[in-house]
Amino acid sequence: MKDKQSKGAANLQANYKINTGHTAIPKTYKLYIGGAFPRTESGRYLKMKNKKDNSILNISHGSKKDFKAAAAAARSALGGWAKRTPYNRAQITYRIAEMLEGRKMQFVAELEAAGVSKNEAQKDVEAAIDLLVYYTGWADKFQQIYSTVNPVSEPYFNFSTGVPVGVVSVIAPKESGLWGFLAAFIPAFVGGNTVIVLAEEKFSACAISFAEVLNSSDVPGGTINIITGKRKELLAPFTTHMEVNSVILYTEDKTEIIAVQESAAVNVKRTSIRHFADEKQSPYLIFETLETKTTWHPMGGSDGGGAKY
Amino acid sequence: MPFKTPKIDRVGIQERCAKFQSRSLKADTKKKLLRLALNMVDLTTLEGSDTPGKVKQLCNKAILPHGALPNLPQVAAVCVYPSQVKTAKKALNGAKINVASVATVFPSGQAKLSIKLDDTRFAVDEGADEIDMVISRGEFLRGNHNYVFDEIAAVKEACGKARLKVILETGELSTLDNVRKASEIAILAGADFIKTSTGKIQPAATMPVTLVMLETIRDYYYSTGIKIGMKPAGGISNAKLALHYLVMVSETLGDDWMNNNYFRFGASSLANDLLRQIVKQESGLYQSKDYFSIG
Amino acid sequence: MAKKENKNIADLKFGATIEYAPAPESNAHIEIKKKYELFIGGEFVAPEKGKYFPTINPATEEKLADIAKADATDVDKAVKSARYAYDNYWSKISGSQRGKYLFRIARMLQERAREFAIIETMDGGKPIKEAKGFDVPMAINWFFYYAGWADKIEYAVPGKNPEALGVAGQVIPWNFPLMMAAWKIAPALAAGNCVVLKPAETTSLTALKLAELIQEAGVPPGVVNIVTGEGDTGAAIVNHADVDKVAFTGSTRVGKMIQKSLAGSGKKLTLELGGKGANIIFEDAAIDQAVEGVINAVYFNQGHVCCAGSRLFVQEGIAETVLQKLKDRLKTIRIGNPLDKNTDIGAINSKKQLDTVQDYINIGINEGGKLYQDKCSLPKKGFWCKPTIFTNVSQASRVVQEEIFGPVLTVQTFRTIDEVVELANNTYYGLSAGVWTDKGSKVFQVGNQLKAGVVWANSFNKFDATSPFGGFKESGFGREGGLHGLTAYLK
Repeated sequence: MKDKQSKGAANLQANYKINTGHTAIPKTYKLYIGGAFPRTESGRYLKMKNKKDNSILNISHGSKKDFKAAAAAARSALGGWAKRTPYNRAQITYRIAEMLEGRKMQFVAELEAAGVSKNEAQKDVEAAIDLLVYYTGWADKFQQIYSTVNPVSEPYFNFSTGVPVGVVSVIAPKESGLWGFLAAFIPAFVGGNTVIVLAEEKFSACAISFAEVLNSSDVPGGTINIITGKRKELLAPFTTHMEVNSVILYTEDKTEIIAVQESAAVNVKRTSIRHFADEKQSPYLIFETLETKTTWHPMGGSDGGGAKY
Repeated sequence: MPFKTPKIDRVGIQERCAKFQSRSLKADTKKKLLRLALNMVDLTTLEGSDTPGKVKQLCNKAILPHGALPNLPQVAAVCVYPSQVKTAKKALNGAKINVASVATVFPSGQAKLSIKLDDTRFAVDEGADEIDMVISRGEFLRGNHNYVFDEIAAVKEACGKARLKVILETGELSTLDNVRKASEIAILAGADFIKTSTGKIQPAATMPVTLVMLETIRDYYYSTGIKIGMKPAGGISNAKLALHYLVMVSETLGDDWMNNNYFRFGASSLANDLLRQIVKQESGLYQSKDYFSIG
Repeated sequence: MAKKENKNIADLKFGATIEYAPAPESNAHIEIKKKYELFIGGEFVAPEKGKYFPTINPATEEKLADIAKADATDVDKAVKSARYAYDNYWSKISGSQRGKYLFRIARMLQERAREFAIIETMDGGKPIKEAKGFDVPMAINWFFYYAGWADKIEYAVPGKNPEALGVAGQVIPWNFPLMMAAWKIAPALAAGNCVVLKPAETTSLTALKLAELIQEAGVPPGVVNIVTGEGDTGAAIVNHADVDKVAFTGSTRVGKMIQKSLAGSGKKLTLELGGKGANIIFEDAAIDQAVEGVINAVYFNQGHVCCAGSRLFVQEGIAETVLQKLKDRLKTIRIGNPLDKNTDIGAINSKKQLDTVQDYINIGINEGGKLYQDKCSLPKKGFWCKPTIFTNVSQASRVVQEEIFGPVLTVQTFRTIDEVVELANNTYYGLSAGVWTDKGSKVFQVGNQLKAGVVWANSFNKFDATSPFGGFKESGFGREGGLHGLTAYLK
């Protein structure tokens, strides 16, 4: 045994070719919280292998406390984001698409590193860009589909509008690296909510790279927060935290659904259980992240008559 | 200004009025209120065609509302034009019924101040106990509130001992906010009573308008301790509506206003409907107009 | 203003001139049976176990009738009958035919409005004025409104081909018994579902009368099933495996239990839970109308209203004025026999609820709150609570934080818009809020920031079948009323 090993090591060394040109520097993948890239407070990491070049990368193994920080960031960003005009939210969403388009090749590579074929990766990234453009359009239109003016029987002007539900936890689907990741939270984001997204573990690198896109797209810090780590471990903080108003969960796993929906009851969180195979894109996915607010206001009028002498 | 002007919400006022109208009055309470209402009536004739003959008819009705039923309360006053004050005074012949006279170029009030003051002094000299003046609505609506205030103050001075009722002619004031404002001006300028209408403009008295005025009176009372009277006029022609008004007064200003020192109805046909209802309460039979004398 | 600059000015005196004589609504022609059975499969059937519980008139403590107590077996029968009706009748007819049954229910309710109002008042303790002027007309409004949706469902959710869910299990509270039944049944049926509904145990009568009416209207048997009972009956409905949709109105505590128990079941759920509504009066408000609005907000239906405006916030400059006016207004409020047309505040719905309210009043006093109640007299029998105002309270007070569900108002003052928005939102509830100001822009500035499902500007406690109602946060999710209320019953 011992001999064999040292022999192998000797071979490795003998066969090694030094790169005399530029040495690539691998990226440190951190979390994305409150518009910054902190390391996980836990100091833990998940080792991942680049399936394309077999290099090793360390992904932040996020913790309950990281989620807590993200929830605080999401809550404090909520007021400002919800107050932005829909037109402005649309422009920011479009800006994300622009930034992504410019870095398409990077994401194809990230997906390939996660084991997706080049062809599939390309399709996925292009679909993600199209998704952003699709929801850009909805940002300043969904309200017109959602809202009603209600013809009440008393002299009141009465209308109902959709307002953001608040801080939304999102558990991204396992099936898709970029498109599925975005499809999970962009509708909530466009609706004026702030989100904390748990990336699918194997696509963690891709998700954090996407945070860089967000960071250069005028997206206010804290509106989209991205955590990487172990789904099993993080499901609880994502769904029990009292600051969270709604949970979006992509899953096919019944036990996960039960766990999440039971946790949600602690503060009457809304839950959207979604399946990757279901509706791809739709304003109804925005609607799921809205509350209906109905306003009544008396209608005045003249109190005098028109009669004259 | 000793008190601030709150805004008025029309729908809110209407909803409050609907609640007064939902009060159900039964038996003894109803009997008592019908009599009280009769005692609050300013029996009125304000026609261009009024003659001493017509005014005498009215005064006789005031003295003897319904011969078949003794012990009825008398009306509070008769209300006439200045030219008829002397006739009325004489016809009432010492009965404890006041003579109220409209003045200040009623109903339009479109004359210069000196003429209005002359009109007022004439009525007072003829023996009027109460003066019902009209405000200058045109000046009010164009924002000349000081003018309106000064005019009322001047008329008040001309009234001497006569009590001054100030008619806002709310049917021309367009908004309840204006009704509130005009009420305050009238009260601060010296009105003893504020009154809704001349009866010549539609709408005349309404419950919402009256409520706004009552609330002004309430706020002034809490601000100064002074009680101002209220007179809705025109349009209150039946007993049922009059009782709704009394419920409103009783739940807004309370017991101290439930007498003819502080509350009046300006009306001509109301008295007879009150009488019919009083007789109905006594006899249990619904009444016919043929059995009640015209005033 | 009414703020007294001179303390020697006497308070206005009320009530001596007009003493409203009793004006009771006659209940002579009202028939209440001695015993009520369960309404299952279009028939009234005795409960399997043969158990009954009494329902009493909270104003007299007299028993009105015995009500059947359904257990899990009865509930199972009801759900099966709903499923059968769904599979064989209700899903087989067109929307336009379904709608006609609902129109018919609305019309028949109109014809019998007075009877329903009187029974509602007798069973629940609410003033006849409100039962007649609010509860019953609203119930009718709900049926009539949703009737017209039945053949227009495809327009409710464009692009989605909406379909009925199947069988809906519905559990309703005791504060608006008939109206809540209508809020639940009408949209469910219009959308094409069949229902199993449980009224609250203290107020089953009007729901059972409605069952009679539904029977007379010729609604196919099993489309509507009404099972009476207590919490365990409700739990049996909610947890029944063949129920596709659960709609619950009631306390946040029970709502959370239901949400938890339905985890993973795939049942669609809507919850309309508690509240602690803020009612905000700014200095520039129409003050007298605002004061009236406060009365409507917190004393309507004895304060048994989930969206009651139980937390009053008054801007400091007018606080004294508003309090003076509120106290004057309380002097003209009449408490007593709910059947009397002049009664403004009726009986507390049950002994249990009265105890809860009294406990909170004691808590308020012990916390240092200053209590104000008018010196009115209360009937000797029955469950009564005087309209109550607490001043000298703060956000930390339990009476400010917790839902009391009784005629208890807390009053706090504020200085600025930012301050009051923060105070108003400082609660885990989010059902309703009121804003009183004459300035339109302020209505929207404040209204937009309030985390509440319903914002009443210069008004309070207004409802309409066309108007979506429901809460944020722990006040529940889903809406009732309007288009949004319909989608709660569609997939």
